[in-house]
Amino acid sequence: MRHLVILATVMTCAFAPPLLAETTASSSPEKDFTAFRHYFTSKFPKVELNDFVNGPYSMDEGLRKQWVEKEVFPPYDFALDHGKELFEKPFKNGKTFADCFDNKGIGVRQNYPYFDEKTNEVVTLELAVNQCLEKNGEKPYNYMKDDMAAVTAYMAFTSRGKPFDIKIPKDNPKALEAYEKGKQYFYQRRGQFNFSCASCHVQAPGERIRAEVLAPALGILNAMPIYRSEWGGMGTISRRFTSCNSQVRGVPLKPQDPEYRNVEYYLSYMANGLPISGPGARP
Amino acid sequence: MASTIRVRAIAGADSTEVQALVQHPMDSGFVKDSKGELIPPHHIETVQFETGGKVVFTALWGPAVSKDPFVKFTFKGGKKGDDLKITWVDNKGSTDTTTAKIA
Amino acid sequence: MNAARGGFLSPTRRGLLKGAALATVFGAGMNMMRSVVAFAADAAGWPAEAFKLKSQADTLKALYGKTAEASDKVKLDAPEIAENGAVVPISISTTLPKVTSISVMVAENPNALAASYKIPEGTLPAVSNRLKMAKTSMVIAVVESDGKLYSASKEVKVTVGGCGG
Repeated sequence: MRHLVILATVMTCAFAPPLLAETTASSSPEKDFTAFRHYFTSKFPKVELNDFVNGPYSMDEGLRKQWVEKEVFPPYDFALDHGKELFEKPFKNGKTFADCFDNKGIGVRQNYPYFDEKTNEVVTLELAVNQCLEKNGEKPYNYMKDDMAAVTAYMAFTSRGKPFDIKIPKDNPKALEAYEKGKQYFYQRRGQFNFSCASCHVQAPGERIRAEVLAPALGILNAMPIYRSEWGGMGTISRRFTSCNSQVRGVPLKPQDPEYRNVEYYLSYMANGLPISGPGARP
Repeated sequence: MASTIRVRAIAGADSTEVQALVQHPMDSGFVKDSKGELIPPHHIETVQFETGGKVVFTALWGPAVSKDPFVKFTFKGGKKGDDLKITWVDNKGSTDTTTAKIA
Repeated sequence: MNAARGGFLSPTRRGLLKGAALATVFGAGMNMMRSVVAFAADAAGWPAEAFKLKSQADTLKALYGKTAEASDKVKLDAPEIAENGAVVPISISTTLPKVTSISVMVAENPNALAASYKIPEGTLPAVSNRLKMAKTSMVIAVVESDGKLYSASKEVKVTVGGCGG
C-alpha cells in the first residue's frame, strides 16, 4: 500500500521546491548547496554525513547488513583488477592513460566533472577516458559497462576516501549555465510516470518503490561505477542515467549527452566534501 | 590471464580463516537468453581446499550458488607463509587451481 | 567431451521444453539424455542425484540416507528480506560436536539442494556463502554431527525489484 501512497503523492502534488531556485540574483550554487545539504541532514538526523554516499544502505538496516557481508569480498573485485590492467596497458602508440590525466590519473576522480573553459562544456570522467582513447588513436569504449566501468572503477578506487571537489569557475557564465541546466534537469518531470529525479531521490529517499529502497540524492554518485545485483554486473553513470530515464518510461538520451553531463555536474557539486566510495555494490 | 580464484587466508592464534571469491557464471540452466533460448547449465561442482598435504574443506556446489561464488570457512592450524591450494571443477569438466600463501 | 546440453536435444524434445514448466521438464530431459548420450561425467565426488531432487526429504535421503531433526544448536544467519534473490548471503554455524558435513537447501527452488560442504576434522563447523533464491522460501541448514542430522530453518523473503535505488 505504501508505495501506492507515494506514487499518488508524487503525481498529484506539485512539488513545491525549497531547493529549486530560479536563476535569480538571490540564488547561487553556494546557496543551493547549503539548502540541499540541510534538507537531507535534517530529514535524516541519525545518518552520519559521510554515510549518505552508501545510498540505500544508509537508509535501511536489513539491506545494510547484507551489503556489509558482501563487501567483505565484493562482486566488483574482478572489474577492479581488469580496470587496473586496462589502465596500465600501453596504447598502440606507446602512451598510457596516465599521459592524459593530472597526477597520472591516480587519485583524480573527485575532480570530475569539471568545466572545460576552452571548449565550454562539462567534462566527466567517462568522457575524459574516451577522449584519451581517441586522442591516442584507440577505439573509444562503450559508455555503459565493461571496459568503461572497469577503468572508471579503478580510477575511483584510487580516489577512495577523497572528498568530491567540484568547481564552478566564478564569473564564467557558461559554467554557471551548465550547472543551472543540470539542476533544472534534475527537478524536471519526464516520462509516462511523470517523475523527476527529485521525485524519488529528494522526495522519497529511504522509502520503497515497489520492492526497492530509494537512495538519497545527496552523494548518489560517490559510489559509481557500481556492480548491481540487478544487472549481474557493472554499470557506469551513463548506464544508470539512461536506465533511470527508461524506468520512468521516458526516452533515454544518448550516453554522455550534454544534459546528462550537466546533471552529473550538478549532483557532484552537491556532494562536495563527501568521500568518493567507488566502485560500489548496489541491489 | 589472471586466475579465476581470489583468496584471502589469514592465520590467527590457532586457526586460519579462508575467504574465496571465484569468477564463474554459475548458469543454472533455467534462464533464457535474449533470443529466448535456455542458457545451458554451467556451474562449478566441486571446490577443494588443501594445505599441509591435507584437505581442509570441500564445497559441493549446485546451480543455486550465486554467480561469482563466495565461500568462507575456518580451519584449525595454518600459519603465515603456508601454502593453501584451491581447485575447482565445473560441470563441463573445466577446472582452475591456485596456490596462495596464508597471511 | 564438453556437452552443451541444450545442443543435444532433438527437435521434439525442444518442442516439449518450450511449452512446459521449465524446471521439471528440464530435469526429465536431463535424465533421458544420460541414458542416450555419453557426455562429460560430473566432477568426482559430486552428488549428482542429490542436486536434482525437489523435496527436502528426498534430498537428505540421497545425500545422507537419513532424516534431520530440528535443533537450536544449528545457527542459520540469513536476511529477512533479500536485497536481491540472485545473491543472498547465508551463514551457518553450530555448537554441535563432531561435525562432518553442512548442507543448505532452499525449499522453493527448482531443486532443493543449493550446496553441501565436507568438514574434515580440524575444520570449524561453520560456513558462509551466497545463494540464489527463486522466490520467497524457507532456507534450511542441515548439520551432520556424530552421524546424526540436525537442522534449522528461516524464511527469506524475495521480492521483484522495482525502479532501482
